[in-house]
Order: sequence, then structure tokens, then C-alpha cells
Amino acid sequence: MTTRTAPHMRLHINWTQCDGRGLCTELLPGILGRDDWGYPVPLDHTHEPHIPAGCAAEAAAAVRLCPRLALTLMTAP
Amino acid sequence: MTVDAFPEESGPQQGRLFAAGGPSLAEHHGRFGSLPEFRRPGALAALLDEAGLVGRGGAGFPTGRKISTATGRGAIAIGNGAEGEPESRKDATLLAQAPHLVLDGLILAGEAIGARELYLYVPTRALATVRAALDERHDARWHRPHVNVIEAPDTFVAGEKSAVVSRVEGGPALPRDQLASTAVSGVRGRPTLVQNVETLAHIGLIARYGPRWFRSVGDPSEPGTMLVTLSGAVRAGGVVEVPTGVSIAELISHDGGTDLRTLRSVLVGGYHGTWLTLASLGDFHLCRPSMARAGASPGAGIVHALAIGDCGLARSADIVTYLAEQSAGQCGPCINGLPRLAQLLTELAYGTATATGAATEIRRIADLVDGRGSCRHPDGTARFVRSALDVFASDILLHNDGQCEALLTTVTGHDSRKESRV
Repeated sequence: MTTRTAPHMRLHINWTQCDGRGLCTELLPGILGRDDWGYPVPLDHTHEPHIPAGCAAEAAAAVRLCPRLALTLMTAP
Repeated sequence: MTVDAFPEESGPQQGRLFAAGGPSLAEHHGRFGSLPEFRRPGALAALLDEAGLVGRGGAGFPTGRKISTATGRGAIAIGNGAEGEPESRKDATLLAQAPHLVLDGLILAGEAIGARELYLYVPTRALATVRAALDERHDARWHRPHVNVIEAPDTFVAGEKSAVVSRVEGGPALPRDQLASTAVSGVRGRPTLVQNVETLAHIGLIARYGPRWFRSVGDPSEPGTMLVTLSGAVRAGGVVEVPTGVSIAELISHDGGTDLRTLRSVLVGGYHGTWLTLASLGDFHLCRPSMARAGASPGAGIVHALAIGDCGLARSADIVTYLAEQSAGQCGPCINGLPRLAQLLTELAYGTATATGAATEIRRIADLVDGRGSCRHPDGTARFVRSALDVFASDILLHNDGQCEALLTTVTGHDSRKESRV
């Protein structure tokens, strides 16, 4: 993964919406893994995983394509 | 008002919150007198900053800072008296014995943020006293802004901030996803101050007697007094008001009237809290900086003692089973992970699992659910589970050999306690 970073970009997961379809984990394999039940796991162990600039396009696609509309890209600190 | 202008000498020293001696407006007014006014914007927040008051609902956030953040157009102030934690009684006790001090704090906090609406969110058992207190004020024409009283259900997560906001909006008392903090965007997107009722009562006192009086007792890093609910295997359980930073060992032996040698362990912070070994009790004081050394927190002031004859693993398994049942059932990791933790811990405690493998798996699931929900329920459960594995580690090995530290009885296969407790 690239080390170029957009320091303020994070991915917010609305856990009440997510039902583990897994699309985001396929688009962002270095950022999200899957748990025993199929739900995304932030691999950086944070609540809202950091999105490096190199993955911004994939992250935007994940937000757009999530069938449950459970993802939001946060640009605030 | 400058610090020197406060009548510090008339402030109560022992038993501050219950100093009125009863719930009536006459007793309240007789002891505390009238309610001071703070006309200058930011004055109350500055006073609370100076006092060093932090929230008494569990999270321990600085109250002055929260008030400054929640100030804005159409702001809303909510007193949170929901006490879903089964081992906590302090908010119910406070509302029953000093409802007017809570109302004073709510009024002052509401004025400080320019609130248009005031709410008091309390469990069913507290409704009558709160309504009676509001009626008394109305009849006496004494500080009587309209306060909406909202009933809180008796569920574990009903007092969680986003659940409170949802309920006040007329929805279910369930946590929900938040993109911004409640102080910035809460009820109907407005700045919303959600403050525990004990915190409000302290505001009612600080406004009268000043920050220097408030800081004259307790731990300097987060001063004042706090309410503690003592429960479990103590001779004298119940709610006590103590200076922050009190020694936990002293609390149990002195206030609880209990010989420490009769105990196996002490749970601090409630069901989202942390077990402490008896040997380490002397090292801990009931304040955030001290408890943080064990990865723990005083939470909402809950101290629960486990008798020496009780099995820590069995008690922990029962608590995690309860916590799994109390999941709001909204977030996947919590829906799946908490019942799994309950099942694994129950197998470990009641002797149907291979100890070492089970402990590793329990720790993995605890790490997996941590931080992955819209509220702190999975995080708190994970913390509790990890502390159970740490503090009762030697008992896990004993259970593997069909023994138990508590009872020295066989716990393989069919244990008689299993029928009675599960």
C-alpha cells in the first residue's frame, strides 16, 4: 500500500445499517477484512479506518455501491 | 461573580448532595436558598471549568467544556436519569431524595446553553417524585421553567446518549449511528446537552458555593464528591456519597462494613467495568487517573463485591449472558459476538470447555467486537470479559482439572449450580 496519505480521510461505518454484504471488503482489501460473520473489520484497529490517498477512488466507490448505504467518507479531523 | 464572592462557609462539607435532608421544596430552599443567576454568557461554563467538574454518568467528560460545545441556536438540555446498569442505584436515590437540586442544575445548564427546551429523562419509578417536585415549584412560583418529563425504559442501553436523543425525539430508546457528537447535533439536529442527573446536582451546588468550595474535597485531578453504589457481598450496601479518589479497600471495609478477607474480587464500574484482584485493591482509588492504570474506570460509581465462596468465572458468565440479552440487536458484531462470548464463557465456567483453548478464543472474539458498534455496548462487554480472563486466570486452569477456587467442588459435566443459575 502507498504511504501517501490524506490525513483527514476516514471511513465511517453505520453498524446499524451494515449487514455484511462484503462489497466494501472486496474494494478495500488492505483496509477492511471480514469477521467470522462477514462484517467488515478495520485492519488498522480504529473505529473509523484511515483511508490513504491512493485508495480514495476505491473508498468513494465503496460508499456509492454499498447496498445498505452504510458507509460515509469523513473528511473532517 | 468572583471566587471570593461565594458564601463558601455555608456550603455543606459532609453529605453535600443530600444536605437538604429531604425531597421537599421547603427543605431544599431552607438549606440551599435561592438560585444564583449568571447573566454573562460563558460564566457558568467558566465556573465549572474552574471547579474541575467532570460528568458523573460514566464517561467523565469535563462538564464546562461540554456546555461550551452545546451552546448554539435552538439548543436543548436533557437531564439523564436512566440507570440501566443493574448494580447502580445512585441516580434513582438522588432523584428520590434531592430532585430540586437536579432541577436547579438542569435550569442553570439550560440557561447557560440558551436552551429552548428542557427535558428530564427518568425511569418509571422516579416519575412520581420528579412530577411532584415540578408541581411544588409551580405552586410556589419558584424557578419553574417548563420541563418535559420523559419516561426511560429499564433496559441496559436506554441511557446511552444517542438512545436518549432518539427517545426524546419520540422514537425508541435505542442507540443510533452518529456522524457528529450529540453536543453539536443531537435532538432534531440541534445542539444537545445530555448530562447525568448527579452532574446536574453538582452544578446546583457549585453555582451557590463556588469552585473553591467544590475543590476542597476529593482527588485534585477530578475533585468534589461522587455517589457510589455499593452492592454484592457487603454487609452494608447502598448509595454513599464519598470524596472522589477514595480508596476502594477503605470504601468496602468502612462504608460497606465488610472484612476484605470474606471477598474473592471486586468489580468496579459495573457490568462494563473491570474486576480487581483482592491483592491489588490497596493500589486503587476511585478516580479516573488511578483506575486507568488497570485499564479501568470508576464508571458511574459502581463497586460490587464478590464473596469468597462465589466463582468469578460463573458470575462473569452470567453477567455476559445478561449483556448479550441486552444488546439492542442492531449491529452485526454485537448481535453475533456477544452471544458467542456468553456461550464460550458459560462453557468455561461450568466445565464443558477445554480451558486454555477457550480462553484464547474468548479473547479473540472480545477483540473482534471491540469498537464495532454504534454504541459502547460491545466495547464495554469486551473490557469486562478481558478483565474476567485476567483476574480469574488461575481459576480457569483449576476448572480445567475439574476444580474451582471458590467451592473446591467438582465442576465437570453436570454441576448442580448449572441447573439453578443458568
